[in-house]
Amino acid sequence: MQQAQEATPLIVLKGIHKSYNLGLPSQTEVLHGIDLTLAHGEFVALMGPSGSGKSTLLNILGLLEPMTTGSYLLQGEEMRGLNDAGLTLRRRQTLGFVFQFHHLLPAFTALENVTLPAMMINGQVSAQQLQHARDLLADVGLAGAEHKRPAELSGGMQQRVAIARAVMLDPPLVLADEPTGNLDQAASSEVFVLLRRLHAERGITFLVVTHDAHLAERCDRRLELVDGRLHTDSGMGGTHPEILSSSTL
Amino acid sequence: MAKSFGFEWLVALRFLREGRMQTLLIIVGVAAGVAVVAYISALITGLQATTLNKTLGAQGHITLRSPQDVVQPARASLPGEVAWFETQPRAQRLRSVVNWQMLVPVLEAMPEVSAVLPMVSGSGLALRGEAQQSIALLGVDLDRYDRIVDLRGKVVSGVARLAPGEGIVGRDLAADLGVRVGDRFTVQTGLVNESVRVTALVDLGVRDLNRRTVIVPLRAAQNLLGLPGGATNLDITLFDVWTAQTLAEDLRTRYPYKVESWQENNAQLVSALNAQSVSTGIIRSVVMVVVVLGIASVLVVSVVQKGREIGILRAMGTTRAQILRVFLLQGAVVGVLGSVLGLLLAVALIWAFTHFVKGSDGLPLFNITLPWRVALNVAAVASVCGVLAAIAPARRAAAMDPAQAIRL
Repeated sequence: MQQAQEATPLIVLKGIHKSYNLGLPSQTEVLHGIDLTLAHGEFVALMGPSGSGKSTLLNILGLLEPMTTGSYLLQGEEMRGLNDAGLTLRRRQTLGFVFQFHHLLPAFTALENVTLPAMMINGQVSAQQLQHARDLLADVGLAGAEHKRPAELSGGMQQRVAIARAVMLDPPLVLADEPTGNLDQAASSEVFVLLRRLHAERGITFLVVTHDAHLAERCDRRLELVDGRLHTDSGMGGTHPEILSSSTL
Repeated sequence: MAKSFGFEWLVALRFLREGRMQTLLIIVGVAAGVAVVAYISALITGLQATTLNKTLGAQGHITLRSPQDVVQPARASLPGEVAWFETQPRAQRLRSVVNWQMLVPVLEAMPEVSAVLPMVSGSGLALRGEAQQSIALLGVDLDRYDRIVDLRGKVVSGVARLAPGEGIVGRDLAADLGVRVGDRFTVQTGLVNESVRVTALVDLGVRDLNRRTVIVPLRAAQNLLGLPGGATNLDITLFDVWTAQTLAEDLRTRYPYKVESWQENNAQLVSALNAQSVSTGIIRSVVMVVVVLGIASVLVVSVVQKGREIGILRAMGTTRAQILRVFLLQGAVVGVLGSVLGLLLAVALIWAFTHFVKGSDGLPLFNITLPWRVALNVAAVASVCGVLAAIAPARRAAAMDPAQAIRL
């Protein structure tokens, strides 16, 4: 069953176009026919200059924005035409997000931020989930910071909390929008190493948007988006077991 | 699908705590509104109860008299004939209610009626030495009268007692005549003079009544006014004063008597009470609208401020319904906390009114209390208003585009 699931690509995009201000004189097409396949267990960098459509593509992949035309298969299921409730359910079941500016909820402690996805589903957090969240925080090096609020944490620490939150429900795919973009070099490196480790240990697929060519080189596959078109698609593009066996930090 | 609202409660309370100054201000705003509404409700209720009590304290709620003498035209107009009649109104004389002895038990058996008082009333003069005052003479059975107006509770001097030859006098009339308890004075009507010994002085609550009232035994009044065995009117009191008009109309259709409710006899008072009630309702409505707008405006600002957090929650998989509930709960929490605080404030205002606002006699102007039912009613309305006020901001929050909200 697991093998059959992993034989189906995690993501298949075909001919994705995205336009803003449809039908208006100011109509602008941002993505021009994106074709992309992501297999389970890949660690992919998405690069491109500002305004190339990276964030738009990430939003479409994250089911936060609809595509104008094209087809998006997520775990073999067509996402086009799903209503808001359907998209929300898929986001909850399949996706984790890490944003550039950490985007933790300031009113909640680090531990509460990590348990929020579980709380959201059940209305409460079980003892098991609470322990899982504590383990995750310990795993990302924040064992003593469980009850600190985001404002009491450094940028790197906040980003690690955000990463723990993104993997709390073990989603098959984590989308990271410039997760190191707001950090100094040392913190960037720490965060990147953490992402790679979670990928290696948990088999989660990561798609990381980055401007940092050095970090991109350390990914297994690199995509370059220029003017709304995928120009380069370099790397192994293999499935999870192959990538895991060849993954290097 | 969430099994409980634990998530929504947690997020709502944290959002409120995060913007604690805003939250505090709006709770104080709601509390002020609730306090005003509760205080005004209690004040007007107390004022109206006191006014009614003073007005109806010395009279029946329905008065039944014999019909007035009228002049009948010599003959009725024929069809198609136009006739002009000019008649001189007849002078009215004191007349007894026909068969009043049989009517009293019939009226007393009615479920709305609490007491029936047969009475002889007319005018006369009170004489003592050179003092001479016009009076309203009432002949009553003391026990029955006491049930209607609580006469014994209004005694300021002496003991209420009506043996033959005894009378009870309004305290201002006693002062005008220069009589005290135990003194005698003469009651003169057009027919008879009779000496009356004062057993008690009473304060009937209205100065005009205190200056004119002389209460004597029913039989004495019958003799003085030339109505042996008669009763000029039956005063009827009811368990609910507001049913008087309906019952009076019913009695008018059933019996050939002149029946008047206290509302008909005090039309200006009823108008004033109605105007008060309407004004209070308007004030309450306006205050509640202000409360709703206050909560709504603060929550709208909160939605804008929390845009990014809403975006993150939506990206994580929070449904629109959950976001909607988060903001509705915030409205409800603000409404409930504001209501509790407002009711406490209202109780404090009422306490201050009853302790510090006093009449010339050093007593509170009137008694006001905040009944539980009114308090719960006001609190429930304010809490519902809190939720209603949150609807528009909550819908706006739920409709936010998550991608755009995160970019904010």
